[in-house]
Amino acid sequence: MTKVSLYRRRKFTNALGLALSALSMALGLVGLTWILWTLLYNGLTALGPDFFLQSTPAPGTPGGGMANAIVGSLLMVAFATLVSTPIGILAGIYLAEYGSVSRFGSLTRFVTDIMLSAPSIVIGLFVYAIAVATTRHFSGWAGSLALSLIAVPVVVRTTENMLKLVPGSLREAAFALGAPRWKVSLSVTLRAVRGGVLTGVLLAVARIIGETAPLLFTALNNQFFTADMSKPMANLPVVIYNFAMSPYEDWQRLAWGGAALIALIVLTINIATRILFRDKLRS
Amino acid sequence: MQVVLKNRELSSDDAPDAPGTIQVRNLSFYYGKFAGLRNVSLDVAKNQVTAFIGPSGCGKSTLLRTFNRMFDLYPGQRAEGEIIFNGRNILAPEQDVNLLRAKVGMVFQKPTPFPMTIFENIAFGVRLYERLPASEMRQRVEWALRKAALWEEVKDKLGQSGLSLSGGQQQRLCIARMVAVKPEVLLLDEPTSALDPISTAKIEELINELKADYTIVIVTHNMQQAARISDYTAYMYIGELIEFGKTEQIFIKPKKQATEDYITGRFG
Repeated sequence: MTKVSLYRRRKFTNALGLALSALSMALGLVGLTWILWTLLYNGLTALGPDFFLQSTPAPGTPGGGMANAIVGSLLMVAFATLVSTPIGILAGIYLAEYGSVSRFGSLTRFVTDIMLSAPSIVIGLFVYAIAVATTRHFSGWAGSLALSLIAVPVVVRTTENMLKLVPGSLREAAFALGAPRWKVSLSVTLRAVRGGVLTGVLLAVARIIGETAPLLFTALNNQFFTADMSKPMANLPVVIYNFAMSPYEDWQRLAWGGAALIALIVLTINIATRILFRDKLRS
Repeated sequence: MQVVLKNRELSSDDAPDAPGTIQVRNLSFYYGKFAGLRNVSLDVAKNQVTAFIGPSGCGKSTLLRTFNRMFDLYPGQRAEGEIIFNGRNILAPEQDVNLLRAKVGMVFQKPTPFPMTIFENIAFGVRLYERLPASEMRQRVEWALRKAALWEEVKDKLGQSGLSLSGGQQQRLCIARMVAVKPEVLLLDEPTSALDPISTAKIEELINELKADYTIVIVTHNMQQAARISDYTAYMYIGELIEFGKTEQIFIKPKKQATEDYITGRFG
């Protein structure tokens, strides 16, 4: 082949590749906007003051809202985050700073990876077996436990990956002052990547706030408002699931509202992590 | 090569006559199976500047990093032989590395400010081994920053991040941080190779002032720098110490042909 025809061929291949990837991007984007638009179109009308102030209605009663489910979700997610953040960060530090070569370290990493991809319904069943079947009643605590089990591996992995980005010279500089290992990890390296670690925590929150399967057998649901975590607890995903399947039109409307609310929360968290991460990269 | 010498008489003896604070005896170093240093022996003199020069990979940084046992961080790296510091072999397993590193400070090629304020950068190291009341801590921070000739530039912004300083200022912050813990020996691993000429001149001036109080060991790629600031120079090549002696002797009348080839630029 001559030089010119080779060059033409290359240009054509380039154009083809570019067109294909642009098409794939457009397809993905269409899907995403479609989902968001449907959610907001159907859900925004439900998001009035009653939605946030009233609890889920009894069958046949008009009106009502999602207050019990919102509070239940927030409480369970808050406790799950409170528990899984320190565990996840400390385990991440262990993996990055101490366990890079040890057998226990690689075992932990392996198990974390399995947990990351474990179907959440399996985790729900597990918590059902250990916390619900044994105590013989569903509770917010059990739901929170199931959610923490999903959040921990996410935090562990992001923390480890972030710590591995810290240049070795910074670590050495801290050691060179005579600092013990734990001090170097907590005061210098972890501090250097605190934005990234916080991002990991927020991503874990975004992940668990929409989880339905682990709550189905653990927190179950509750028609009434409660802040008592030892009782069965209403929560957004399970209420959405129940109401969306119901024959009542205002229940379906509430389910749309709940779905839109979760989507908005996750969207906000994702935007927040982007901003955090951008600031970290700039400094 | 033109070498500017300060008023020093030429001496012909090759071994430093001042009592050594660090005596290296038959030191060999291994990265796994690869020998990074072979049978190195030399004396680092007290309150003098000793420079390690040589082409890349010759082992000069490796040698420097044995003085504070930095290599302990990396499994698979080990040293054989003896390094006597204050009458004790610091390579002995019973030597506490953290206490050793508090006595033997180190500054690296690239500035490494911690992600905290300028004040905290310096207080961090001090707090590791001393409990000072707030007023004394402020005095110590000021003292260290003055020692590193940085006080005038940062005295109004001690609360700002150490990362906000320029490269040369960051390196002087690292020197202040090292000096603040009151070590006896300062190890400098190519401290100016990432800096512009003006910052380099400031750091060299600083080294000259600091040697009144500290024993200084510097690794440098820049032979003029070694000639300007050091009292003793060690020329190394592929893990071996080729020649060691007073700087003027090494640069004007080297005893070995290999040394002469390197410093005259015929090689390396």
